[in-house]
Amino acid sequence: MKSNLKRALFAILASTALVTAASAETVRWARVSDALTLDPHSQNQGITHTFAHHIYETLVDRDIDGALTPRLATEWMIKEGDPNTWVFKLREGVTFHDGSAFTAEDVVFSLDRARSEKSNMRQLHVDVAEVVAVDDYTVEVTMKGPSPLYPNNLTNTFIMDKTWSETNDVVEVQDYAAGADNYAVRNANGTGPYILRSREVDVRSELTVNENHWAETKPAVTEIIYLPISDALTRVAALLSGNVDIVQDVPVQDIERLAATPGIKVETGPENRVIYLGYKFGDEPLQSSDVTDRNPFNDPRVREAMELAIDRDAIKAVVMRGQAIPTGVATPPFVDGWTEELDAYPAVDLDRARALLAEAGFPDGFTVTLDTPNNRYVNDEAISQAVVGMLGRIGIRVTLASRPIAQHSPIILNNQTDFYLLGWGVPTFDSAYIFNDLAHTKSGSLGAYNVGLYTNPELDVKIQSLGTEVDLEKRAATIAEIWEVVKADRVLLPLHNQVLAYAMKDRITLPVHPENQPRMTSVTFAD
Amino acid sequence: MLALIIRRLAQSVLVMLFVALIAFVMFRYVGDPIASMVGVETRIAEQEIMRDRLGLNDPVFMQFLRFIGNAVQGQFGISYRLQQPVSELIMSRLPATIELAFASATIALIGGVALGVFTALRQGSFATGAIMAASLVGVSLPTFLIGIALIYIFAVELGWLPSFGRGQVVELGWWRTGLLTESGLRSIILPAITLSLFQLTLIMRLVRAEMLEVMRTEYIRFARARGLSDKAINFGHALRNTLVPVITITGLQLGSVIAFAIVTETVFQWPGVGSLFITSVQVVDVPVMAAYLMFIAFVFVVINLIVDILYFAVDPRLRVDGGAAGK
Repeated sequence: MKSNLKRALFAILASTALVTAASAETVRWARVSDALTLDPHSQNQGITHTFAHHIYETLVDRDIDGALTPRLATEWMIKEGDPNTWVFKLREGVTFHDGSAFTAEDVVFSLDRARSEKSNMRQLHVDVAEVVAVDDYTVEVTMKGPSPLYPNNLTNTFIMDKTWSETNDVVEVQDYAAGADNYAVRNANGTGPYILRSREVDVRSELTVNENHWAETKPAVTEIIYLPISDALTRVAALLSGNVDIVQDVPVQDIERLAATPGIKVETGPENRVIYLGYKFGDEPLQSSDVTDRNPFNDPRVREAMELAIDRDAIKAVVMRGQAIPTGVATPPFVDGWTEELDAYPAVDLDRARALLAEAGFPDGFTVTLDTPNNRYVNDEAISQAVVGMLGRIGIRVTLASRPIAQHSPIILNNQTDFYLLGWGVPTFDSAYIFNDLAHTKSGSLGAYNVGLYTNPELDVKIQSLGTEVDLEKRAATIAEIWEVVKADRVLLPLHNQVLAYAMKDRITLPVHPENQPRMTSVTFAD
Repeated sequence: MLALIIRRLAQSVLVMLFVALIAFVMFRYVGDPIASMVGVETRIAEQEIMRDRLGLNDPVFMQFLRFIGNAVQGQFGISYRLQQPVSELIMSRLPATIELAFASATIALIGGVALGVFTALRQGSFATGAIMAASLVGVSLPTFLIGIALIYIFAVELGWLPSFGRGQVVELGWWRTGLLTESGLRSIILPAITLSLFQLTLIMRLVRAEMLEVMRTEYIRFARARGLSDKAINFGHALRNTLVPVITITGLQLGSVIAFAIVTETVFQWPGVGSLFITSVQVVDVPVMAAYLMFIAFVFVVINLIVDILYFAVDPRLRVDGGAAGK
């Protein structure tokens, strides 16, 4: 009797397993805009990469916590006796969608293509001197100097098939000036878990599961229909009316309402992106201020007063409706070098702030213009409006200049701002990426986003040492030292880490991805 | 006649050149295309290389000449955003916009004429008052609000119609039509109504005013005296005489419907040229913006030309006057 029951149970279990494996699950996935291109090396842009990750694959990948994981490379190490060379062991038995085998020569071809002149992925590979195939499943990448973190740069560099690229004349990346389009812009041949079935740009793309994919666990989603819907209200309405299953870019103000709607749930999680304010350093008077004989921001007391006047918790509660993680350091928690002590921020203290301003010689405050983007980050303009009010309480009278990112960006890059809001994502998950661009003195390729022109020669030396330091412990110690200075000097005024929200039908679960690059392979179904 | 057409054509070319010039001057203030093309994290040196490659560092005048030179050969370049030929992009989006424009013009024409006649004949009745009041709402409410309201009522709450997109499409050569499938037809209803409301009220008010005017004329009184039936008078005489201005307005409005479908297309994620334009503006995709503006200018120029010629053909008085003036 007992064994009969067991057998019956087993039969039921087996049959359900069969059904689950065989049943086709389609997911209609809506987000704000389409992938710009299918050519994996022509755009370095998050939405395009997210889409490409379903068709193409990278050597290494990142899991949901930000740690590097094997993908087309099974292991990677610095070559013994040669600190400048990285060795990648490749996965065997992988095939491209057209059936051809994946080998080392495809990797050599793809890395060379990605670092070619017309590629937009080039900046991630500037330190590469040479890529060589040692045998069919081993590739050596020789760098111009020791580059202990190079594998971090590979998480969005996709591998193409050499033969396919040569046959279709796409060895070179799309050239805008040439006046013709490139086959790889509209066609794809990757090794990824999904195969592109059809695509109408800006309208609809359809992908089916790749039955021959190397991964042992097959994805639950067997068909993806990707639908760009640019208008936020329409996107939300599409989910409410059941026309789509997952909405990736959910406006903050709709999160509560969607979560309360029966049949719909919202997944939230931190993004690897910090939102901060920056100001001009140096003795030269500000362009937009009524203080014409000196630069108030150059006084550390003024910077401290500003930090004490800005109520991060209020921004979180009111502007972000709870969807933000206030922080006292300009790095997201995913990044190597982040600590809880750094993350702490002072409580609001208006009396102390006013006293500091008076001490600095501005008892009546001063005026300044805050430049903010209005279509780049979650509620960016509203955050800046809140900042205007908060600084007003201590006498700093701020005028807001709000622009779309296309117009905000040139102001930032040309250092034409006294006071600005910006966000910073950290694709390498390493502090050096932040220091190089935000804290190093602006010179050459370094300090490109050091908009306030902060300069500290001692710090510069330390920052530069990170690039070639192979002793990881020593490196971590240097990173901690640098953060201490950056925080003490208030080089930037961090506000919060951005939070992402995905809304979906409640039988579907799509976990939030810290780089906002969710994979449909990670979707699970409740029944 | 021929002279008129040639003169008109010459004027049209001038108008188009002017539109192109204004557009080009405007583009300087829309923002930096590179900023939208690359992630914020891209190195400045890389951005400079791209700017150079796209010819954005050349003087505006040079860029303009290059654009005109290429446009004359039918070349509008490559979209910065999508890296595909612009003319191809616009052609692939055009059917959606044209189908939407014609569907909404049909609704506007039929609905407008019917309601216009009704309100003219039933003056002072409660229904007329209600329709006239509702039409004020139709004129004053912005399109996107009407669109969103319709989506929430018919797609979200009632679940009758799709909330966005074009549904299933069928390819007829290069023309991709949504009018031959059930989901395509269901998809066009809400955006077509949204787009038609303004024109509908316009036509309705025009028909009503014309009808009231015509009904007072002597030949209508004379027709009544002849003992003709109401039906024959209202439709055979009165309505027919109101139609000339109505047709003119509808024709001219067709151009604006195509040009101003932008909002409707965005709200309904309708894959037409309007939504293509909006997306392009957001990322400063200059080649698409330039080509779109040229295209819209072309549509208006062509429609105006046709209307001019039609006037000439339809209204004999113009012909006589024109001939007399020519002598």
